[in-house]
Amino acid sequence: MHFTSDRKAEGRGDAGSESLERAVAELRGQLGTERGELLPLLHAVQARFGYIPPPAVPHVAQLLNLTRAEVHGTLSFYHDFRTRPAARRTIRLCQAEACQARGGRAVTMAVEDRVGVGLGATTRDGEVALEAVYCLGLCASGPSAMVDGRPVGRLAPNALERLFDETAG
Amino acid sequence: MSVRIFIPGDMAAVAVGADRVAEAVRREAQARGVPLVVVRTGSRGLFELEPLLEVDTPAGRVGYAAVTAGMVAALADAGLFDAAPGHPAYVGRVEDLPFLKRQTRLTFARCGIVDPASIGDYRAHGGWRGLDAALRSGPDEVVGAVKRSGLRGRGGAGFPTGLKWETVRAAPGGRKFIVCNADEGDSGTFADRMLMEGDPFLLIEGMAIAGFAVGAEKGYVYIRSEYPFAIAAMQRAIDACYAAGLLGAGSAARFDLEIRVGAGAYVCGEETALLESIEGKRGQVRAKPPLPAHQGLFGAPTVINNVLSLAAVPFILAEGAEAYADFGMGRSRGTMPIQLAGDIQNGGLFETAFGVTLGDLVDDIGGGTLSGRPVRAVQVGGPLGAYFPRRLFDTPFDYEAFAARGGLIGHGGVVVFNDTVDLMQQARFAFEFCAIESCGKCTPCRLGSTRGVEVIDRIAAGESASANLALVEDLCETMKLGSLCALGGFTPYPVMSALSHFPEDFRSARRAEPAL
Repeated sequence: MHFTSDRKAEGRGDAGSESLERAVAELRGQLGTERGELLPLLHAVQARFGYIPPPAVPHVAQLLNLTRAEVHGTLSFYHDFRTRPAARRTIRLCQAEACQARGGRAVTMAVEDRVGVGLGATTRDGEVALEAVYCLGLCASGPSAMVDGRPVGRLAPNALERLFDETAG
Repeated sequence: MSVRIFIPGDMAAVAVGADRVAEAVRREAQARGVPLVVVRTGSRGLFELEPLLEVDTPAGRVGYAAVTAGMVAALADAGLFDAAPGHPAYVGRVEDLPFLKRQTRLTFARCGIVDPASIGDYRAHGGWRGLDAALRSGPDEVVGAVKRSGLRGRGGAGFPTGLKWETVRAAPGGRKFIVCNADEGDSGTFADRMLMEGDPFLLIEGMAIAGFAVGAEKGYVYIRSEYPFAIAAMQRAIDACYAAGLLGAGSAARFDLEIRVGAGAYVCGEETALLESIEGKRGQVRAKPPLPAHQGLFGAPTVINNVLSLAAVPFILAEGAEAYADFGMGRSRGTMPIQLAGDIQNGGLFETAFGVTLGDLVDDIGGGTLSGRPVRAVQVGGPLGAYFPRRLFDTPFDYEAFAARGGLIGHGGVVVFNDTVDLMQQARFAFEFCAIESCGKCTPCRLGSTRGVEVIDRIAAGESASANLALVEDLCETMKLGSLCALGGFTPYPVMSALSHFPEDFRSARRAEPAL
């Protein structure tokens, strides 16, 4: 195996990049849609890797006949897309008005206190990420949250244990 | 004969334990040797009673409310599998619950009752009759019926749906699209989510009718990513329709349908940002004109309607435009699925004819606050809607009546706040939310929202309050008149209503920390 200086400079001239390229092409082939494929493809990449690896961006661009700037523009616009691996567990706490009216702010403060980081941050060991979400449509059952993709409602300030218990496994 | 038990698979019911209840019911039936069929329905929409378990009887379904998995053994001892009363959770016939009995459910007639995975169940409960009637009559007749029904856009703008369809039908071009806006981001609203989870075939039927009426052969449902249950239910229903020949090039309606999933951007609920998003771009608002009806998705004439608008159409076609228009008041015809949320006892979905007053909704139907504290403010119409004080509770639920009082009904969300609410804090939140979600295209919204947060913080800190209040008003005026879309343009509604109806909250000097 040898590296040309150019490929070294780009830092992704290894087999990993080729398999990444193959993976992105494969995901694109499974989309089953014709036009406006960028969002579905970005979702598929994130579902596969847990985030969107920055080296995947040029492959996405090339496959869809877009510029890297266009892909980056879309990728960076939407709150859902991550360019770094996710924490092992993600707690998304609703911050919108209906949950505020049911005591959501107190729940958020208590959870932040217990986890030890604020909204938008991840614990130093990469274990838990806290995120804000603006409405899960559970507005008559709040305060509510999504834990690793599972909904939890009627949270009380001592909610953290329940959050983990009810969404375990 | 098996016992049939209905347990909602609705996301809000699952959030309070419906899956664990279903599991416990199955276990208990097995242990007792009771032959059991569990049907996972949508929700009836009375969320304080969830998980609401219903047992089929010859006299109708009887319910057991707020069931937990731990209660199931005791329920079974008390005769759950015979639909017996005797346990405190027993609520009798579900249809007789006052909250449900008082509603006029045209759009939500099947939600919580049918199996949302079963195309046959949909037909057995009157499904597809609207599409059949449409195909029998013809596109012009369909557009005419929707116009006569008086149906207006349920997403919030209230534009006449029939007129929109007529424009797209008349627009030149071989290729047209139907887009369903299921990016229900307003806090306090969940009707779209409930409908897609509980009666997904209804939305498909409405979209197929729209496609037939305007000559569009392709539709997209754009669903926000925060709604994974709705995405799954809609996908399952679409797949079932293809398998049954009800969608696709070979179907009678010759209509294709595809789901697109959002990626966490509130502004994509704005119709032109949503179209950009489907095209794979940043969800930035387009300047209008051109209207989407002339140049919409991929530049083609496009009908873009909210879930509730499209879901109202099958009834109109099946029962007649007049049957729909008979309900309502003034220029607001038909029914509105109103969503009661926040600190309210009977939170949930209440579909009723236009005209019910805000006070009736909150105090009577809603039963007042859940906390037992007095109601202080009610925000109607989502994060861009106005805060109403009690003295405006006589306002009838009607597009024009709310506009006349400096508010909007939006997508029908009603969020109740008790007396601990700090309206200055809520006004600050309105600006903050706008700053977080602004697409960045126009300056009043992008910068105005951030400046608004700063100015409110200065008022809170007691810095020249009257000069800064004048600045807030000026800023709101600029955002209202200068923003491209409703995000920047309507953020002044919550801010200015808080300021004009609750000025006392802005007077208190020097607050060190934001109140909870």
